[in-house]
Amino acid sequence: MAEQKTVKFIIERQDTPDSTPYQETFEIPYRPNMNVISALMEIQRNPVTADGKKTSPVAWEMNCLEEVCGACSMVINGKPRQACSTMVDKLEHPIRLAPMRTFPVVRDLVIDRSRMFDSLKKVKAWIPIDGTYDLGPGPRMPENKRQWAYELSKCMTCGVCLEACPNVNANSNFMGPAPLSQVRLFNSHPTGAMNKAERLNAIMGDGGLANCGNSQNCVQACPKGIPLTTSIAALNREATVQMFRDFFGSDYSY
Amino acid sequence: MAGNREFFNRRLHSLFGVIPIGIFLIVHLTINYQATKGAEAYNAAAGLMEKIPFLLAVETLVIYIPILFHAIYGVYISFTARPNNIRFSTFRNWMFLLQRITGVFLIIFIAWHVWETRIAKALGAEVNFDMMANIVDNPAMLAFYIVGIVSATFHLSNGLWSFFVSWGITVSPRSQRVLTTVTLLIFVAVTFIGVRAILAFAV
Ligand code: HEM
Ligand code: SF4
Ligand code: FES
Repeated sequence: MAEQKTVKFIIERQDTPDSTPYQETFEIPYRPNMNVISALMEIQRNPVTADGKKTSPVAWEMNCLEEVCGACSMVINGKPRQACSTMVDKLEHPIRLAPMRTFPVVRDLVIDRSRMFDSLKKVKAWIPIDGTYDLGPGPRMPENKRQWAYELSKCMTCGVCLEACPNVNANSNFMGPAPLSQVRLFNSHPTGAMNKAERLNAIMGDGGLANCGNSQNCVQACPKGIPLTTSIAALNREATVQMFRDFFGSDYSY
Repeated sequence: MAGNREFFNRRLHSLFGVIPIGIFLIVHLTINYQATKGAEAYNAAAGLMEKIPFLLAVETLVIYIPILFHAIYGVYISFTARPNNIRFSTFRNWMFLLQRITGVFLIIFIAWHVWETRIAKALGAEVNFDMMANIVDNPAMLAFYIVGIVSATFHLSNGLWSFFVSWGITVSPRSQRVLTTVTLLIFVAVTFIGVRAILAFAV
């Protein structure tokens, strides 16, 4: 049989949150239909670099393995995407892996996405139904609206859109597209709409909506095809109205 | 509006870009266009502007304050971005970068231009056709002015595009695409007016 085919990976590594990043090259045996995660597992089993040096296994995160949790997001050949749904056969070789540096790096490819989760809390990206008594069933949602909202609800908080945004970085406190689009989702829900003004005011605060500079990278990068820039423009319209309501007063200011 | 300072500042920045700065730019270039009809026509048109009552107050309110606010805040906005056009080479991302580059260049251009004309006038020089003809007699200065004018018309046209998004007027992707074409046509028209005018001083 011919010599075993291999795949080369060049991985940007970092031992601790503050240490300097360095590169290591790995050459692993090729198998058909490999994804990037299976390659990382191979390296974990046998953590030896291409030039035979024994090293520590590369750290990464994963959960669902079917592109719905977002945990395995990393920069693959320059593009932020999910390692589990990225097939080795479809990539240019050698394959380069790096962490999404918009977020603090914990170790190797593991990042801390708290920034995004904190923003979701800030904008109240949920529907408050807890109370001291049973509130009964909420208003019904029209089916066509439900289908529309389902598209927005596909967000898995992976952070790819933040990584793609030139205005989300260490100098700025911009929350980025994902939490904004969630405000549009929850404000469209018949029950969620009861707290519409609260969420709008949250994104009209520091680090919010107005920080968008319309590079529109996010909508191209989102693996779930969420219409992020449409969400942002729609929220801009809502915020314009809210701004006048807040200033001039409204008969309906609840 | 407590806690909304950043939102308010951004919206003010956006508004000032169009009203009054954008309108001023178009008026300014259109008056300059009179230079294509000769020195006299230009001097008459420019002289008309000088007849505005309370000129200094009007200038301060309609030009100086808005442009200073837009420029200073614009530099802050420009330098909080971390451009990534190599990784994400899309049309809008290049427009995003160009909006910031032209903005920063405009600070230099406008400062020089105001020094050479408006401040010179305050110090006793007369602003007229001959003054501009003298300035652009130097080919390097002519080139500097052309780059400055095209930067301004690009920045205004592309800024108009994002203005319509920032205020939530163009929401659907289709309306945003149509607006790209419309603002491109505006760019071509205003650039034609501006560049033809400066060339009229150079001949
Ligand atoms: C001829 C003078 C100028 C005109 C007519 C003008 C006009 C505009 C307009 C219409 C916008 C769009 C606002 C929006 O996105 O909603 C804009 C945005 C912008 N301007 Fe200017 N501007 C001028 C000078 C400057 C200067 C000197 C700077 C300094 C750097 C600057 C920096 C910016 C930046 C960074 C943006 C983008 C804002 C954002 O995307 O949030 N501009 N400008
Ligand atoms: S909007 Fe898309 S890119 Fe952004 S976090 Fe959600 S799924 Fe990821
Ligand atoms: S492991 Fe969940 S998205 Fe890849």
